[in-house]
Order: sequence, then structure tokens, then C-alpha cells
Amino acid sequence: MAALLLFVSVSKKCVKCKEAPAALVIRAGDAYCRLCFKDFFIHKFKAVLGKNRIIFPGEKVLLAVSGGPSSCSMLRQVQEGLSQKANKKLRFVPGVAFIDEGAAIGQSVEERQRTVAELQAVFQATGFPFYILPLEQVLDLPASVVATNPSPSEQPASAYKAAVHHFVETDGSNFPRPQEPKKTLLPRVQESHTLMLQQLLGSVKTLTAREELLNTLRQHLLVHTARTEGYSKLMLGDSCTRLAVKLLTSISLGRGAQLAQDTGFSDSRYGDIILVRPMRDYSAKEVAYYNHLFTVPYVVIPSVDTKTVDKASIQRLTESFVTKLQTDFPSTVSTIYRTSEKLQTACRKRSGADGCDRCLLCLCSLDTAVEAASAFQATLISDQLSGSKCLRGSAAETPRPEPGRPESPPLTAQCCSSAEGRGCGRAGSDGGCCSSAKLPETTRLKSLLCYSCALTVRDMSTVNHLPQYILSEAQRRQRRSQMREEISDFLLDDGDEGN
Amino acid sequence: MAASIAIHLEFGGGAELLFNGVKKHHVTLPSQSEPWDMKQLLVWIQRNLLKERPELFVQGDSVRPGILVLINDADWELMVSTGKLCLLSECVCVCVCVCV
Repeated sequence: MAALLLFVSVSKKCVKCKEAPAALVIRAGDAYCRLCFKDFFIHKFKAVLGKNRIIFPGEKVLLAVSGGPSSCSMLRQVQEGLSQKANKKLRFVPGVAFIDEGAAIGQSVEERQRTVAELQAVFQATGFPFYILPLEQVLDLPASVVATNPSPSEQPASAYKAAVHHFVETDGSNFPRPQEPKKTLLPRVQESHTLMLQQLLGSVKTLTAREELLNTLRQHLLVHTARTEGYSKLMLGDSCTRLAVKLLTSISLGRGAQLAQDTGFSDSRYGDIILVRPMRDYSAKEVAYYNHLFTVPYVVIPSVDTKTVDKASIQRLTESFVTKLQTDFPSTVSTIYRTSEKLQTACRKRSGADGCDRCLLCLCSLDTAVEAASAFQATLISDQLSGSKCLRGSAAETPRPEPGRPESPPLTAQCCSSAEGRGCGRAGSDGGCCSSAKLPETTRLKSLLCYSCALTVRDMSTVNHLPQYILSEAQRRQRRSQMREEISDFLLDDGDEGN
Repeated sequence: MAASIAIHLEFGGGAELLFNGVKKHHVTLPSQSEPWDMKQLLVWIQRNLLKERPELFVQGDSVRPGILVLINDADWELMVSTGKLCLLSECVCVCVCVCV
């Protein structure tokens, strides 16, 4: 029986071809028919890569696929783009990376294997080499991940054109061929590692901080994989909608200084690996519709905030806010997106050649060295004042730890860290608040972090569960800055550190 | 008096998590005096298919913001203008959770 649909409405025509009946409304009222939509979708992907001229022909690019609709759509676009005729063909060599975060959401081993098997089938069908990375691997990363590499020399715009010209002339024969995907066995995960990871995530008290931490660890793992497997670019599948939510969330989390890097098209904080976001022009609705129409396979994997209430975390609340606003005002997401396009990072060339002026976790420039009359100083002072009350008070005044939280009362960690290491860390006595040796570590760690990462760490009951590479890099930086302080009088500096 | 109609329902993008993970449903809507429309369909889904957390699927008379509804591969938003939307037999209604 033919599918019939009777609807009582003015049947709209596509705004592009003006002939076919419209099938989808995108942005604020533009109705497209199916074919025009498909052309529009495919064209946008190539246009965004071509306009930004950042991916050189023959370059190895790692696609970070979470299994969700946006990243799977990106995978499909790359596949299509590489298979077309010569002149408009995409010209890079892709690989796929998937991070199995089953441990973070408490999935059983069987559930994880099932999901991974589903995705493996999808990846194998593309023919690209792929890497299945259990999140537990983050515990074994080397410290080099958080040490910034010197950035590659800035290529002038003319270099891109020359490279394309060269590629077309030699017919691409000099460039690395896409590799045959090796038979990758699904990596085995040790249960002890899973437990350690769960312990780490369990030590974070708020969902907001947990999501931020997961984000950071995920990025570190992806960058490390890109480095070890020889990729120079990392493509992330964040859609316009997601980036709009991320922009507002970042502001709420105190990441205002890093907005341009967090939401822009390219992000060069890691130096040798550049993060690229080609899906940032696509709204989530466009992606969903394309995936449905052209049966793009994707696997929905629950995350830590799936099915939570709106107020469970800042990220969730912002997402709910933007989504609801978008229903009544369809230009919400695009307005936020256009604003984000205007943001740029102010490049502050500091003398920290050994990476000392970068946040330990997010690798963005530290934003905590500001003048005396700033808002940041005001928050420090108010922290100190509330902290000093706790210092004077006896242990009886510290509130009871929440039921269900075993060990150290969180507030003592608060008061020590809030004094920014000036008080408790050096007090040396064990009465009052420094009840465990762990506390000064939190304090010292915070001085290496940007404002929002410090807030994330503050929501952790202990930093000792952080992966070894973070703790050891923290120690290394602390030793260096201590050493630098000790010999500062003898250093010949370039003049910006005073006399 | 309209006869009962059989329609295909599909849930995707995470919406299926509210329906025990089942994506495709082939259901028969009981006959009633007036033709079925979307609002009634949503109420029917909430009563008969939805397994948990109705507030994550339905909000008031419509779906929660962040869920894309396609009827025979066309955006529901295009059809919501004057009057009621009438569902006929063998319609395919797809609800995809779009929010990030």
C-alpha cells in the first residue's frame, strides 16, 4: 500500500529549487527539498575544509568518532568526499579513533564488547584504519601528552595553494597511500584499570566537574593516539548546536579566556596536533535528518549525563536551555555560533619555553596571572576570608561529610586549597585542617591550572587518583618553578621580569 | 467513524532508551470517531509504549524540545500550520532525539 499523507496546510516549496515540495525546515524558516538538502549538506563539508585551508593534501588526519550522530555523519562525509572525482575530491588520509568509555558509565564488559563490535563493523565498512581505545588507557599515558610541543612553523597561505598544485600534478602518487586496515584485535582491559578509572571518577563530587574531567582525559588520549600513529590533525565531530551549548557552558565554567580555542574551527593548543571541527556549521537537526534520510549508521551510547534531570550539571542545564529556546526562536543556535566565530585568542607570547605558562590539564594559556584590581583577585580574597574562618574554627565546626562519602571530610580540602597554599600548606601542624598529607598537593596543583580547571580539581575529594602522567608532570613543573625561584637572582632574563 | 490504522513508529538518536531500547514499532491505533492526529498519537505513545521518564519525551501537547519528528520523511514543523494533521494508514513516524 502506498504511503499516503494528508495534511491540511499550505504545501511549501523548496526555497532553493522552488519546484519540489519541501521536506525539512532548517535555520529560521528555510525549507529545503530532499535533493537540495543533500547537495547543501555535502557542499558545506567541503566548503568548510576548503575555506580554512588547514588540511594539506596527503596529510594524515585522525577522525574522533564517538559513535554519535555528528561524528558518524562526519565519517560518512569524509568517505564520500574521498571517493569522488578528482577535482573536488578531498585529499587527506583518514584514520578513525573511538574511545570506549563504558567504564565511566558503569557498563558491564559484555555491554561494552557489544557496542564496540557494532562500531567495529561500521568502521570496517569504511575501509579506513581504526583504533578502538578503552578509556582505561588514559592511566598509562606518558607525561609528554601534557607537555606542549613547539608548534609547527606557520605555513603562509601560499603554501597551501602550492601544495594542492603539486598534489594535482603528481596525481597524488608521492603521498602516503591510505593504509590497509590491520586486523585489530579488540584490546583487553584489565579489571584493575577499570576500577582505578572508576575510583578517579568517583572522587569527583559534582557531575559538572566529572564531565569536564572526562572531556580532558578524552582529549589527551586522542592527542596521544594521533601522535603515536603519525597523524598531524585530529577531526572532532562537534555540531553547531553542541558548540553553542559548549560556548555558554564554558562561560559558566570560567573558561572565557579559552573560548576561541574550545569552540573555534581549529585549535592549536597541543602544538604539533591541530584539532579541527569541520561539523561546526551543521546544526544537530540537519545532521539527524541527513543521517535518517541516507541511513548513516550510528550507535547511541549513553553518557554520564544521559537521562539526568535538567539541573544535574551545568552542561546539562545549558543544553536544555539552548534547546528549549531554539524551539521558540529558531535563530538561537546560529546567533550564538556567529558570535563564537568572532572570538579570537589574544596571543600572549610569554617566556615559558618549557610550558610553564600553560594549564596542566587543558593546555591553554594560564589566565590566572592578573592584576590586583581584577575580579579573579576578588574571588581569591573572598576565598581566603572564608577559609580563614575555617582555619580558626575547631574540627567540630566543619560540617559532617555527606552520608555515603567515606573518608576525608571535603571541607578541609576546601579551606586549605582556598588559602592558595599561603596558610595551611606551610603551617606544618596537624591540628586544625591539614589532617592528611594529601591536602597541600591539591593546593600546589591548583597553581598550575587555569581558573576553570582549578574549579574542576576543587570538586575532587582527592587528586591522588589522577593518572600518573598528570601527577608526575605537576611535580616536575613545581620543582622547576621552585628552582627558578631559588636562582632567580642569578638569571639573566630577557627583560620582562624586571631589572 | 474512522477505521483503526496501522502505522510504523521509529525511535532513534537516543529516544529509544525510553522505550527499552526498541527502535522500531509497528502499531495499530484503535478506531475512533475522528481521524487521528499527532497530538493524540503522542498521548497514545505515552500511555502505551513509553517505559520511563515521560517528561523526557513529551512536553505539554508536543514532543520535548530537542526531538525531531518526521512523518514520511518530512519535517513535522512544515505541517504544523492550519488545522489538524491527519494520519493515514501505513504512515511512518520517526522520532529522533536531536539534542546533543
